[in-house]
Amino acid sequence: MSDESVLPLARPMIGVSGKTGSWRLQRPLYDSSKCIKCRLCWLYCPDSTIDINEGSADFITINYDYCKGCGICSNVCPTKAITMAPEG
Amino acid sequence: MGVALKTLTGNYAVATAVKLARVNVISAYPITPQTTIVEKLAEMVELGELKADMIRVESEHSALAAVYGAASGGARAFTATSSHGLLYMHEMLWWVAGSRIPVVMAVVTRTIGPPWNIWTDHSDVMDQRDTGWLITFTENNQETLDETIKLFRITEDERVFLPGIVTLDAFILSHTTEPVDVPDQSLVDAFLPPRKQPYVFRAGEPIIMGNIPRDLKWNMMMREDIDKAMERAKKVIEEADLLWGKLVGRRYGGLTECYRCEDAKHFIIGVGAWVGDMREAVDYLREKLGLRVGLIKIRYFRPFPREDIIKWLNNAMSAVVFDRSVSPSAGGPIFVEVLASLASAGVRTPVRGVIAGLAGVDVTPEDIANAVLTSVSEAEELGTFKQSVLWFYGGE
Amino acid sequence: MVFDDVVEIRFHGRGGQGVVTAANVLVDALLKVGLYGQAIPFFGAERRGAPVVAYARVSKKPIRTRSSIRRPNIVVVLDAKLSELVNVLEGLKPGGTILINSPGKPDIKGGFKVCYVDAVGIALRHNLVLSGWALVNMPIVGALAKILGVPVEAVEESIRERIEGRVGELNAVAAREAFNEVVCVE
Repeated sequence: MSDESVLPLARPMIGVSGKTGSWRLQRPLYDSSKCIKCRLCWLYCPDSTIDINEGSADFITINYDYCKGCGICSNVCPTKAITMAPEG
Repeated sequence: MGVALKTLTGNYAVATAVKLARVNVISAYPITPQTTIVEKLAEMVELGELKADMIRVESEHSALAAVYGAASGGARAFTATSSHGLLYMHEMLWWVAGSRIPVVMAVVTRTIGPPWNIWTDHSDVMDQRDTGWLITFTENNQETLDETIKLFRITEDERVFLPGIVTLDAFILSHTTEPVDVPDQSLVDAFLPPRKQPYVFRAGEPIIMGNIPRDLKWNMMMREDIDKAMERAKKVIEEADLLWGKLVGRRYGGLTECYRCEDAKHFIIGVGAWVGDMREAVDYLREKLGLRVGLIKIRYFRPFPREDIIKWLNNAMSAVVFDRSVSPSAGGPIFVEVLASLASAGVRTPVRGVIAGLAGVDVTPEDIANAVLTSVSEAEELGTFKQSVLWFYGGE
Repeated sequence: MVFDDVVEIRFHGRGGQGVVTAANVLVDALLKVGLYGQAIPFFGAERRGAPVVAYARVSKKPIRTRSSIRRPNIVVVLDAKLSELVNVLEGLKPGGTILINSPGKPDIKGGFKVCYVDAVGIALRHNLVLSGWALVNMPIVGALAKILGVPVEAVEESIRERIEGRVGELNAVAAREAFNEVVCVE
């Protein structure tokens, strides 16, 4: 990259805007007993805050530091294994 | 010297230059009078003379978007258009320049409608003057070929990293056949270093271009940096002219050329193909009427040759600027910028803006000589111009 | 005026007769003998058969003038009947030359040098016919070369470069015949 130019570039990094989990009004809650491991929540999460845990009792982990509580995961879940609850 | 004379139209001169520059990606949408540039390039690709990808698109906006994407990925890329096609591209011109991605485009200058009109006029390219693209005007097919090659080197110089437009007048150059020196591939290879650009998009190396800035001052700094790069380009253009001159024996001057200016008291200023007609007018006014007239040919409109204009007009008695476009109620754009340059240095030479040749209206050396003669007489008599902007139709 | 160093030519033809190619071949031929040329097409809403024009300039020096040709030194008419539709003599300089595709001497007034060549006859002799039209543009360039003092070999070579194979060869022969057969009267 040239030292001469001021460029409109950015590099992706975690948490450049701080912990956006603080923006959340509703919290997704995961019930592993209903989960059929379809991965739709993982695929649809716009902030990539859902991780898959192959072979664990809890198939997914939600990163509450960055989850903004949009509810898309709950909406796409075919078995309602994810439900939304108000933040206390 | 490693050169060979061939008869080429202006459009084929551009295509030949693009081939010699070993362009990797070409994308364009057909529009008269540009079409034969890309038609010729498509033929070269088809015959295997040029190893490049031709991307077919549904509009000029997409053509520049495709070229922009390819260039962002590290390809030397080219497009061409005219008139309404250029206006349709306008948004993408800002994106390319703002991204600091070098790209070369040929603009065959053509009148903008309504009414429909295919003849030359500089309104289309003047509409792009604030986008951050370098803009060069060419006088003949030889200069069109040379400047197209040079523009790849200039735009890819790390002091510049801005896209560039080479213009040629519709039909007067684009479709007129004349002898052109076509340099050897080896000379062009010696002149053009491998492509450089400020960054390259590569799979697996995520970077984001153009994201919303967190600090608006960064955004303003990017605009200022384009302004500075445009200023830095002045030296790069001169260096390119010098090096090309050494290799092929043709020098044009940097941003401007001054024709018979040494002892000139009165100056004509112009850009593009009719500069040739202006040379004839200067010779006539000097040799037949004994007037000390010189001609400033502006080769690069962006960056604007402020310093050259001040230098030549500092002690002049008058200047007549010919514009082939107009900003309604403000005068021709070259006229306005000449005045601004002079004012910035406190030079008070009277300047007249002549608006002529719009919509392809023919202007001959006699017409130019007549317009200049009238202005010179007025300036010598009054020391000023009663009317600063004049619409001039010429003809018989 | 200083502008007079350049010989200016206007071609009159019909859409499809190849006036632009004629002007281009002329410029190619000029380059071969060290002269500078400029071939300028003029585009409009032409159709096959409609009257069209093209222009050329010839000079010993590189040509700087690029505006249109208003007062040609030479007018070239590829179809004599065009003179019924347009004034082919418009702007022709006093003492200028008119070259017409015609088997006999045409009746042209005004003190011009009148040249004529039977380009149709020459084309038919070599079966140079396309879509029912005799191909007269290359013989016309041959005749024009004679008027300009350009060696016919330069024209023949230029034709072979632009038109490949047997057709190019026949056109080159036709151009030479026109070069030899053109008649000029003052």
